Amino acid sequence: MELLRFFTAGNVDDGKSTLIGRLLYDSNSISTDIIETLTKQSKVTGIDTEIDLALLTDGLRAEREQGITIDVAYKYFSTDKRKFIIADTPGHAQYTRNMFTGASNAELAIILVDARNGITDQTKRHSIIASILGIPHVLVCVNKMDLVNYNEALYEQIQADFSIFAKQLNLKKISFIPASALAGDNVVSSSENMIWYKGPSLLEFLEEVEIERNVAGTEARFQVQYVVRPQTDDLHDYRGYAGNILSGSLKIGDKIKVFPTDAITTITRIESNLVDVKEAFEGQPVIIHIQDDLDVSRGATFVRIHEEIISEREVKATICWMDNKAFVNGQKLLLQQNSFRTKAVIKDVQGKLNIHTNEHLESDGTINLNDFCKVLIKTADSVSYDAFQKNRKTGSFILINENTNNTVAAGIIENDVI
Amino acid sequence: MSKINYLDELEAEAIYILREVAGQFDRPALLFSGGKDSICLVHLAMKAFRPGKFPFPLVHVDTGHNAPEVIAYRDQLAEKLGEKLIVRKVEDTIKERNLQDGKGKFPSRNPLQTYTLLDTIEEFEFDACIGGARRDEEKARAKERIFSVRDEFGQWDPKKQRPELWNIYNGKVDKGENVRVFPISNWTELDVWNYIQREKIELPPIYFTHERECILTEQGQLMATNEFIQIDEDDTIVTRNVRYRTVGDMTCTAAIESEAYTVEEIIAELKNTKISERGATRMDDRISEAAMEDRKKGGYF
Repeated sequence: MELLRFFTAGNVDDGKSTLIGRLLYDSNSISTDIIETLTKQSKVTGIDTEIDLALLTDGLRAEREQGITIDVAYKYFSTDKRKFIIADTPGHAQYTRNMFTGASNAELAIILVDARNGITDQTKRHSIIASILGIPHVLVCVNKMDLVNYNEALYEQIQADFSIFAKQLNLKKISFIPASALAGDNVVSSSENMIWYKGPSLLEFLEEVEIERNVAGTEARFQVQYVVRPQTDDLHDYRGYAGNILSGSLKIGDKIKVFPTDAITTITRIESNLVDVKEAFEGQPVIIHIQDDLDVSRGATFVRIHEEIISEREVKATICWMDNKAFVNGQKLLLQQNSFRTKAVIKDVQGKLNIHTNEHLESDGTINLNDFCKVLIKTADSVSYDAFQKNRKTGSFILINENTNNTVAAGIIENDVI
Repeated sequence: MSKINYLDELEAEAIYILREVAGQFDRPALLFSGGKDSICLVHLAMKAFRPGKFPFPLVHVDTGHNAPEVIAYRDQLAEKLGEKLIVRKVEDTIKERNLQDGKGKFPSRNPLQTYTLLDTIEEFEFDACIGGARRDEEKARAKERIFSVRDEFGQWDPKKQRPELWNIYNGKVDKGENVRVFPISNWTELDVWNYIQREKIELPPIYFTHERECILTEQGQLMATNEFIQIDEDDTIVTRNVRYRTVGDMTCTAAIESEAYTVEEIIAELKNTKISERGATRMDDRISEAAMEDRKKGGYF
């Protein structure tokens, strides 16, 4: 059985919680005691419907009080075909950073459109973020079709409008489904109210959609997380480099180059889950042994010699600023890429993106909460990276404020969006 | 690209997180309760660090209300692995801090174990504590990050959570603060059992069906009769074939009626059950809608 991670963005008003609630409820993923609590709560909040499904996903008191989603919630369900992890993320612009967080690990984005309103600024903002994050597949779910009399022409218009807008984005695959989460049309089973729609229901779509993992990241990339050195009598010379294969595959005998030292060596042994293997693949946890006695510590990157990686003390990137406090010139930062960390400063703010319209703006040098900016970062040590477009694992990083320890920005290397 | 099984993916994610803890912290610890989730963590730690030693000790906050089978299992496991086990007792905290012990028919030490946990963190200056909590257990947990930063009072502030992007974990904290780390955040109860089955992981016997004398409560829950709870004359005492779905204090964890003798039978049973793990077994979460959120804000796991 495979695992699919997807995210939904929106608020109660968009029918997002109802949609997720419907998926969980109709796939028998909600237990009776939880339904009992929800029914009790629904009466307290005074909402008329049988069960207020938003109460299922909005897990914090502040969210229930205000009727909005503030932070990401993770929900789980499975069918006989797949296991699903839903990152349920907020729709409001002020919580863009939380949406970005939930979306970063997703392989599929579900963007909800209210059939009555068509494509809105929110739809655009969510699509732009999905595009920046390189989400391989976007599903536009045109919801509340029951409120527009299941009008086919209207649905086709929304489809056309979105397709025109999406041309300026980097979305690889776009699909559309007309639905009503509240009435259950096309959520789990096909709707009899929309016989003109021949495609799958949402659940059928989720079960069948092809999962694309690391976009075009076929070159082997490995980063050391931890050095295993038992230092016991019988394992005196044992020295293994532990980490997950970030992309591609590595096998015994591969000639590799170790960054940042540029040393060349050969893989002599690979262990994975306590057994020796000849070859290991993307995502697999391994302990790698090399022929030569080199200086290799946490954060070092291994690549095959003919598949070179960029290694520079300068990184051009699009960042999403996530700190409540605005960026201050000369601010001391740490750049973390997987397990690699180095001191960093933002040298130049080169442009800004209006994420409501996808317009590229001149920078005034400021970076505020939820801003998307193109920046030039200088680092103390060389960063070994690929462009995010080429490899999501080696092309992404976070920035940490050295003083407060907070994660202040998420970065995507050499993205062409701006 | 070859299709990988979802259990492989969950396992790889957990191992990655454990190795991040080893790489980022000076004094981490693995909180071990003897329950199935923390037993899985130990199994994952073997995969992450063998043939080396674990870069952290196992720490058990012992409420004194545990099932003896679980304590026996804990000691055997630590010995078999040759790993360090630190046990700190709620009993001692009650004496040292002159605290009020749990009262009533089913006296819970659940709120008290937070004191012992925080004292233990301070005693050993732990900067990271790995735990087996899962997001599917409870809706406040569904909101918590994998690296969850706590202030010097152990408090969780849901409004100040750090953004957590991709698989990049920021465990940077100041002295006195600590990070709670949840490597199996994305596992469900059924995933845990499927993993136990696949990996042939040994569990304490109370997870499997056995005959036990219980009080049948008014809510229909089965509470094992034992020295920690108060048995009244008008209690309905029954003997049933039961098992535990979750391992917790004998004073506030109910058994469930079950004939499941093997892991396979437990999985079949879970697939048919309509009640959640906490709902079936815990008496303490039913108090309010935000019970867990509030306890976490107070330093609880």
